[in-house]
Amino acid sequence: MAKGRSSFEFSESDYLDVPLNSVMDLQRIEKESGLPFNNDSLCVAYFRHDDLKQMLDSNRDNLKLEAMKRIIGMVAKGRDASELFPAVVKNVVSKNAEVKKLVYVYLVRYAEEQQDCALLSISTFQRALKDPNQLIRASALRVLSSIRVPMIVPIVMLAIRDASADMSPYVRKTAAHAIPKLYSLDPDQKEELVMVLDKLLSDRTTLVVGSAVMAFDEVCPERIDLIHKNYKKLCALLMDVDEWGQVMILNMLTRYARTQFVNPDLGDLTIDGEERPFYDDEEHENGDDGEEKDEKGSSEDDNEDGQKKKKLAGKKKGKEEEPSKHKAEMDPDHRLLLKNARPLLQSRNSAVVMAVVQLYYHVAPRPEVNIVVKALIRLLRSHTEVQAVVLSSIAAMSTSRQSLFEPYMKSFFVRSSDPTQIKLLKLEILTNIANETNIPLREFQTYISSQDKLFVAATITSIGRCASNIKQVAESCLNGLVSLLSHRDPAVVGGAVVVAKTLLQTQRSGSKPVIVQLAKMVDRVTVPPARAAILWLLGEYCERLPHLPPDVLRKMAKTFSDEEDIVKLQIINLAAKLQVTNPGQTTLLCQYILNLAKYDQSYDIRDRARFIRHLLFPENPETSKLSKYARKILLSSKPAPILQSKFKDRDFQVGSLSHFLNTRATGYQDLPPYPEVAPDPSVRYVEPPPSTVNAHEPIDFGFDSTHGKKSKKKQSKKLSFYSESEESQKSEGTGSESSSSSGGSTNNSSGDSESGTEDSESDSAESNKTDKSEQTGNSDDENTNEVLPSGKLKKNAPTVSSGKSKSQQATDRKVVRYKKKPNKSDTEEEETNSSSSSSDATKGSSSSDSERSYKKKSKNKNNKATKHKDASNVDLLLDMSRDSKATVDELTPPGLMGSLSGEIMNLTLSPSPQFGGSGTSTFGQIQTASAMFIPTKKTELINKISSGGVQVSYRYTRSPHLFSPLMTSIEIIIENTGKVPLKNVRIGQTMLPNGMSINEFQPLDMLDAEMGATAILGINFNDTTQGAKMDMHWETETGARKQTVTFNPKIGELIRPVTMSESLFMAEQGENSSSLGPSLLKAKLRGMNEHEGKAFVNKTLVSTTTTTPRHSLLVHRVYETVNVLQVPSVEDHLVRFAGQSLSSQTLVLVTIHLPEKDGTALVEDEDIPVAARIVVNCDKIVIGSMLAQELKEALK
Amino acid sequence: MIHSLFIINVSGDVFMEKHWKSVISRSVCDYFFEEQKKISSPVDMPPVVATPHHYLITIFRNNLYFVATTTTEVAPLFVLEFLHRVVDIFEDYFGECNETIIKEHYVIIYELLDEMLDNGFPLATESNILKELIKPPNILRTIANTVTGKTNVSCTLPSGQLSNIPWRRSGVKYANNEAYFDVIEEVDAIIDKNGSTVFAEIQGYIDCCIKLSGMPDLTMTFVNPRLLDDLSLHPCIRFKRWENEKVLSFIPPDGNFRLISYHISSQSIVAIPIYLKHYISFREGKLDITVGPKQTMGRQVEEVSLEIPMPKSVANCNLTASQGRYTFDPVSKVLHWDVRKIDITKLPNIKGSISLGAGAGPVEANPTVTVHFVINQMAVSGLKVSRLDMYGEKYRPFKGVKYITKAGKYQFRL
Repeated sequence: MAKGRSSFEFSESDYLDVPLNSVMDLQRIEKESGLPFNNDSLCVAYFRHDDLKQMLDSNRDNLKLEAMKRIIGMVAKGRDASELFPAVVKNVVSKNAEVKKLVYVYLVRYAEEQQDCALLSISTFQRALKDPNQLIRASALRVLSSIRVPMIVPIVMLAIRDASADMSPYVRKTAAHAIPKLYSLDPDQKEELVMVLDKLLSDRTTLVVGSAVMAFDEVCPERIDLIHKNYKKLCALLMDVDEWGQVMILNMLTRYARTQFVNPDLGDLTIDGEERPFYDDEEHENGDDGEEKDEKGSSEDDNEDGQKKKKLAGKKKGKEEEPSKHKAEMDPDHRLLLKNARPLLQSRNSAVVMAVVQLYYHVAPRPEVNIVVKALIRLLRSHTEVQAVVLSSIAAMSTSRQSLFEPYMKSFFVRSSDPTQIKLLKLEILTNIANETNIPLREFQTYISSQDKLFVAATITSIGRCASNIKQVAESCLNGLVSLLSHRDPAVVGGAVVVAKTLLQTQRSGSKPVIVQLAKMVDRVTVPPARAAILWLLGEYCERLPHLPPDVLRKMAKTFSDEEDIVKLQIINLAAKLQVTNPGQTTLLCQYILNLAKYDQSYDIRDRARFIRHLLFPENPETSKLSKYARKILLSSKPAPILQSKFKDRDFQVGSLSHFLNTRATGYQDLPPYPEVAPDPSVRYVEPPPSTVNAHEPIDFGFDSTHGKKSKKKQSKKLSFYSESEESQKSEGTGSESSSSSGGSTNNSSGDSESGTEDSESDSAESNKTDKSEQTGNSDDENTNEVLPSGKLKKNAPTVSSGKSKSQQATDRKVVRYKKKPNKSDTEEEETNSSSSSSDATKGSSSSDSERSYKKKSKNKNNKATKHKDASNVDLLLDMSRDSKATVDELTPPGLMGSLSGEIMNLTLSPSPQFGGSGTSTFGQIQTASAMFIPTKKTELINKISSGGVQVSYRYTRSPHLFSPLMTSIEIIIENTGKVPLKNVRIGQTMLPNGMSINEFQPLDMLDAEMGATAILGINFNDTTQGAKMDMHWETETGARKQTVTFNPKIGELIRPVTMSESLFMAEQGENSSSLGPSLLKAKLRGMNEHEGKAFVNKTLVSTTTTTPRHSLLVHRVYETVNVLQVPSVEDHLVRFAGQSLSSQTLVLVTIHLPEKDGTALVEDEDIPVAARIVVNCDKIVIGSMLAQELKEALK
Repeated sequence: MIHSLFIINVSGDVFMEKHWKSVISRSVCDYFFEEQKKISSPVDMPPVVATPHHYLITIFRNNLYFVATTTTEVAPLFVLEFLHRVVDIFEDYFGECNETIIKEHYVIIYELLDEMLDNGFPLATESNILKELIKPPNILRTIANTVTGKTNVSCTLPSGQLSNIPWRRSGVKYANNEAYFDVIEEVDAIIDKNGSTVFAEIQGYIDCCIKLSGMPDLTMTFVNPRLLDDLSLHPCIRFKRWENEKVLSFIPPDGNFRLISYHISSQSIVAIPIYLKHYISFREGKLDITVGPKQTMGRQVEEVSLEIPMPKSVANCNLTASQGRYTFDPVSKVLHWDVRKIDITKLPNIKGSISLGAGAGPVEANPTVTVHFVINQMAVSGLKVSRLDMYGEKYRPFKGVKYITKAGKYQFRL
């Protein structure tokens, strides 16, 4: 910058000797452009143009940059730089990034004015749209769509469509931004844009979703149908979207919820919830006898509040104990939205907090709204402008829901340093929430002594409002006002009188002394409205005070000509009323005043005088009908003015611009009223992405359809259960499960389009048969075989999924039957699996052990199962549990757990391709594989000394967990080294960080002394290495004990191995991983982050001996550390591994670069380590960096 | 969304404008000036001004008005929050944000604004991402750039933009790994004439300066986390973990940022660290104020100063302060007493006479005193950090926690 300034000065001094005739030019320019010719810098700006053009034409980048900087300076100041357009546009091809950027800025500013020239730049952008760098693609699209030239609409449309399918989420985000731009340029494109938008809305990246919703809001807010299928995803992603996106999504979902869900307050809450506005309406309508009504209304308000509080308390209790009735009525999706929005109250962004507040205010059941209050109060510490908006929202909310803010009254106390607008708003709120118990009269008194006159006046009005709303304090308020009457400031006195008048009007009794006092003040009060108010009061109550008014009238008659108009009118009024009530004393006075008024300057007053004269002193008393009614006309009872908040009845969405201004802003959309009947909620249930079901398509349909027919109801119940659990875990695995079951419920012949007609036929056939088999006790397996003649369909197919999904409803009787079946059939798969893995040369002994025992055991079971086949179901159930115990005692190999059902699950699941995951399997042939190494190392969890004989340790089994593939399964080894048996060993309370979930092992009923047992625990660590904390409980004869344990996972255990080809690996990682440049580029493109580490690898690890192939030791060492799989490779100096993280299923690619020397040549100096470079590619930065660290350590 | 931005100084000069959509003539600012004429102080500027075709949404910061225009319905807080974020970013880039700085850095500011907003919708507002895209100015780099021909603008997308931790850039390296936490608490209070507390609450912040290499995963635990019942969190904090365990677990942004801000509301009992003994009478023309510490847990009260806005009728003050200095500005009528440290053995006192202007009427109300103070090494709420752990990286960082209590809006009604 320093340089920039110096050259600037230089050029200025250069212009000092510019010939005079240029000044003439300047004046010409001034006329043409209409720009003010006010300062020298403009001269400079003008003169520099030629010079700038020269600089732009030069070959030197820094000259161009300098020129562009100055031009942008002109643009920023708002000076016209349009004539430079051609010179600037040429530079759009500049290689220099900053010049280019500045040209873009310039182009966007002036393209609209210079359309023809702007077209010259288009081809550059079209080229840039294909650039391998995502930032360049994105900025090209950004600028292209910002050039508001109608001619290029088709080009932009094409670009948007391409970009919406770009693999970089950043480019897709830019595409979303471009949609409203194009829409405003050419609304005819709407249909096509909506199609693109639909695609972007279903994007799963948080980066894109927020912008997509923004575009949705601008382009087609009425197309609510586009949201249905994305609703759950939007709710789930809400937390992770950037803050601006959160605001957009929350506002949009508020409207969505209003159209899709029924009013949550319907039902038992109607009585106290919905009736308040109803009463208010009535008040307005029957304003005639407003006084009583008003009192009644306010007392009812109070009662309501009390009731509400009680109700609220009751609700809270109810919530904890059991889901309350009304909660059950709410659509689970409705609940989901509220639940997921709630954490955002803690956002640092006030707009997000406000968006949640309005969501709760407009959509949540009334008792739940109070959770937002605290966050709102917190916002009051923010900047003045934010305060003003928040306070006006609170003011509006407090008119209908006083009780919400009552506990926070003190937060609205006014400080003398607050700006006036804040003071007034706070006062408004204080008045709204004041009731007989909390009215801050002392505060009000302090405010009156403020130096801010506007605020003082508002305070007096507030006191008046409090007095009229709260009967109990009316008296003291009035007294307070009366004491103000002796205030030194005439403005205060005036205000007090006016308010006192209104108050007196609202309460009819006991006001006499006050009126007397007011009347006595008439000499002192100089403020016209106040004088008028006193006179009006005297006139109104002249019958009760026979002596005072005539005297006052006498005084007024003297000063009549000096009064203000408003006072004169009231003098006439007073005279007229006295004439009616007390003609004896006042007739002359009255006529005198009317005469004075007759010649007044104001025609209002002359008119009034004429009217009154004819009413009271008709020229012909007999014929004048009106004068008979003079009394009625003049002294009719008048309704009291209603003092209420100006924030009442602001029907706009809280926190919106329209709400703040209290006028409808352009583009404001009304919140629709709740529908009477909720539209079909099933529109929100989404089909799974096809990739997840592809592989095991024959598996899925069988079970679903069988049971879909039999028990539809059950299915639908299950559905909601699943959808809940899906959200809470955010797990794709369960997600796909639930959706596949939903497919089953809605469509009997299975939701998968892939399943052919053949399948559905066999379905129905099978379901018949299964029914039969249940009755007769026939062998299920036979049935299945008969029914599924198609050779492609494995005969175990339906049973696998049955075992899987049914196990979650553990108590079902049928479960047992199904659970048994997979035994035999699955062993086949397991066999193929294990044989394939055993064919690998280097294999940990323990792994093969475990596999063998798996086999053994399952076969074992299988035999037994067939034996029992004829027994009744109940017997089977019993047998099964007996079996399981027996087998556990017989053999407890690592990797097995004590419960049979679990074990079978383990078997059934392992070959299931579900672990391929929806996220990654789209890339092609990535399949999960079994672990190559199973660690035997145990980690101590509970020491026998500290726990009195219970030794608990754990190790990672590296096999998928049965409950959810997202879980790391951990084998817990419990040994009872004590002398007494342990009972009921189980997991108690768990303390899991965000996103983690756990599947506890089945409690061990009994563990005899000096015995050991194992159990499998599944923890979804959510791809973090944070510890999972939980309590372990057990009981001995002496009593129950518990100990808190923490599982701190190793990063390597949060990954599962996948098989992939080398080419795929390189495609994922980058084109050619050996040369770093492009790899980085491509990897970055895909959003993969690369982490590098250098490690000095012990020679022995990489040396080749006769017995082991090259690198095998190194590979083994990696396997020990990380659960990945080697990718077969032809390159000698590279070792590659692939895996995927358990929870999010993001790919983890590990490459170890070894020096390209032959290992054997260096065998002699074994002490010198070999430098190896470890590269880890992973989308998740944390995993990547930790893994790189971990590997570095391991290979040392 | 945001259509255009105008920056206006207090003398009504529109010295910078930026348009994200079609150009809006700066004559739209006339509505703003019209509104400005109606108000007495710049802080009273209404945040939203409606004009026939546009809505002007304004913030006033650093003696500058930032006026955003929009044509359609938008959440006003959305725009206000964004404008404040813009100023924050400017301050982050240039150290401060005033007219001269903005004029000096037109180009960078333009580039920043262009990057922060696309078609009126926020694009990148994380300072870490922006700093990777557009390098903050610094003399060394400027020289280096002129020599090497490099630019301040990056041509690759910052990695943070794509990751799910956009607030942190990758590849951070420090020679000394340090993490500093300042627990700052501001006491807001109103104390009435008799010395009883009308209202008191605490607004607390934890500001961090984190210079740690790699991807550290930090966990902060408190001795008494129950105190924090209402807080706002930086997006980096794992919410569920806080909710369940009351532990702040986060991967921090690089550099300075505000980790949490919390609010201990008027419903709980708040210690009042300072008291005033005062006598003021305009009729007699006397003033006598003594300041003393109260509930400070033995810590020293520092940087004490009092500000008393006198009524307009006061002409002059003739006072003697036992400690520190006082000034009286006869134009704004503000009496300022700079006390500094409070010595417990000899409490600071100021007394003397006030003279009213000739012909001025009697003064009806006593002024409100605003007090400032700082107490180091104490958090008035009693909040205490129990430990800070780091996961994910192997090195051992240097960690430091500092506690400061300050006066927020601390007022005595005399």
